[in-house]
Amino acid sequence: MVSLPNSEIQNFPTKPRSPAKENKWVPVVLIAIGIAYLGLVLYIPALNVFVQAFSKGVGPFLHNLTRPDFQHAVRLTVLLALIAVPLNTVFGLCAAWAIARRQFPGRTLLLSIIDLPFAISPVVAGLMIVLLYGRQGWFGPFLQEHNIKIIFSLPGMALATAFVSMPFVAREVIPVLEEAGVDQEEAAKTLGANGWQTFWRVTLPNIRWGLLYGLILTNARAMGEFGAVSVVSGNIAGKTQSLPLFVEEAYKSYETEAAYSAAVLLALLAVVTLIAKEVLERKTRSRGIH
Amino acid sequence: MLGYLAVMLFLPTAAMLLKASQEPPTEFWRIATSPMALATYDVTFTTSLVAALLNGLFGTLIAWILVRYDFPLKRFIDASVDLPFALPTAVAGLTLATVYSDNGWIGSLFAPFGIKIAFTRLGVGVAMVFISLPFVVRTVQPVLMEMEKDIEEAAWSLGASQWQTFWHVILPPLVPAILTGVALGFSRAVGEYGSTVIISSNTPFKDLIAPVLIFQRLEQYDYTGATVIGMVLLIISLVMLLAINFIQAWGKRYESQ
Repeated sequence: MVSLPNSEIQNFPTKPRSPAKENKWVPVVLIAIGIAYLGLVLYIPALNVFVQAFSKGVGPFLHNLTRPDFQHAVRLTVLLALIAVPLNTVFGLCAAWAIARRQFPGRTLLLSIIDLPFAISPVVAGLMIVLLYGRQGWFGPFLQEHNIKIIFSLPGMALATAFVSMPFVAREVIPVLEEAGVDQEEAAKTLGANGWQTFWRVTLPNIRWGLLYGLILTNARAMGEFGAVSVVSGNIAGKTQSLPLFVEEAYKSYETEAAYSAAVLLALLAVVTLIAKEVLERKTRSRGIH
Repeated sequence: MLGYLAVMLFLPTAAMLLKASQEPPTEFWRIATSPMALATYDVTFTTSLVAALLNGLFGTLIAWILVRYDFPLKRFIDASVDLPFALPTAVAGLTLATVYSDNGWIGSLFAPFGIKIAFTRLGVGVAMVFISLPFVVRTVQPVLMEMEKDIEEAAWSLGASQWQTFWHVILPPLVPAILTGVALGFSRAVGEYGSTVIISSNTPFKDLIAPVLIFQRLEQYDYTGATVIGMVLLIISLVMLLAINFIQAWGKRYESQ
């Protein structure tokens, strides 16, 4: 499979030829190979999620949606996103502003540091949080003394979720801020606007699509995170089981149908995310940003 | 902002570094190079590399057809390349394990030849290909779009064949972008847990990957074991991050020449 495109190309005659005589079937073959590859890796597996979920009709699917442990998983997933997304939005905006508007030593270093959560394996991220807040961790004795539970409960899961979805907002807002420049902000200040007014009336409208894009990506990651949350949660059904954890648990206990019912919801989230991304990219492109 | 970074990022990293440094180096080395750990590195890194290289080849091809040709559903196909970024990894693992199992849509085509995909190392590879697919396409696409068609046409009119034009004119400026994409895909595949844990049978020395080993060590309350393997992965991630920055800097120099 690996050598296919090469051998296709090597079959061309090596005689000089003009662009007008370009082999007409070359694009067809290349497109066919590309789509076949995407089909095997992406489309067939994606289609399978929907086929499996509704293989026995909508009835069993709806029945699975009423399971208490399932509903709890949905609520927990939404809650985790509601905690992580606002935190990372505020952080992302501050970080983007500092990087795009200020000159200070270590600026590029800060940029790399913000990207770190993408480079670190989610399992390692979860492990770090366990080593910090777990029974054996730095804060373990203190937390136990005050009867505060972080690992195997909601706060730990929220920390893990916020960790892995940290860089998105900053990443999307920095280029937009840099593109927008400082002229309008300075004009607003000259006209007597204070910092807060400048932000709300000038900066925010300029960066709104980039910010929204960052929010959507943060939300998708927060709702879909598995590895880091899995490490810190303990995966207790009806307690610390988010929707992705429910998928794995159901699959492992041979409740394939339930697994696919939950998977469909998460797949729909992915589809909505991709559509929103497409729409926002077109919006930013038409405004000359990007 | 720095406070948030400190609490969320520095403190956890410091906790892990400290825990790792509490181990005597000889003990650290013994755990890091135990036969089971070495086997997981082999599965993790070799499979990730093969998956990333496969995507290097096909990702370049996909970027090429998306930039240069027109065909039905092109917009849809372009947008769908990002699906692995948007689809939760547990869902990816679930559906890949079904489709590539012995009686799945694709797995059943291979089963008669005695090729098992799901619950083997091959399945881990398929999951890694899935999750690292978008990187090369998305790094190569913008470079291809910027590329002037004039140079190609000049090469053609000077008598270069299609193959020569591709090899000597089109490919060289793409190399930094392809390498960046491969490196990003590789480092994503190395750290991946959600999809790989589901499609793997997680058998030591066979298809157990390093992130799953960390998870299992934690489940056994072996914090030291988990930390040591975690440190190995962390160091690899940081090295990859440096390598990617280096490739990008090199690519920029290429552009300005």
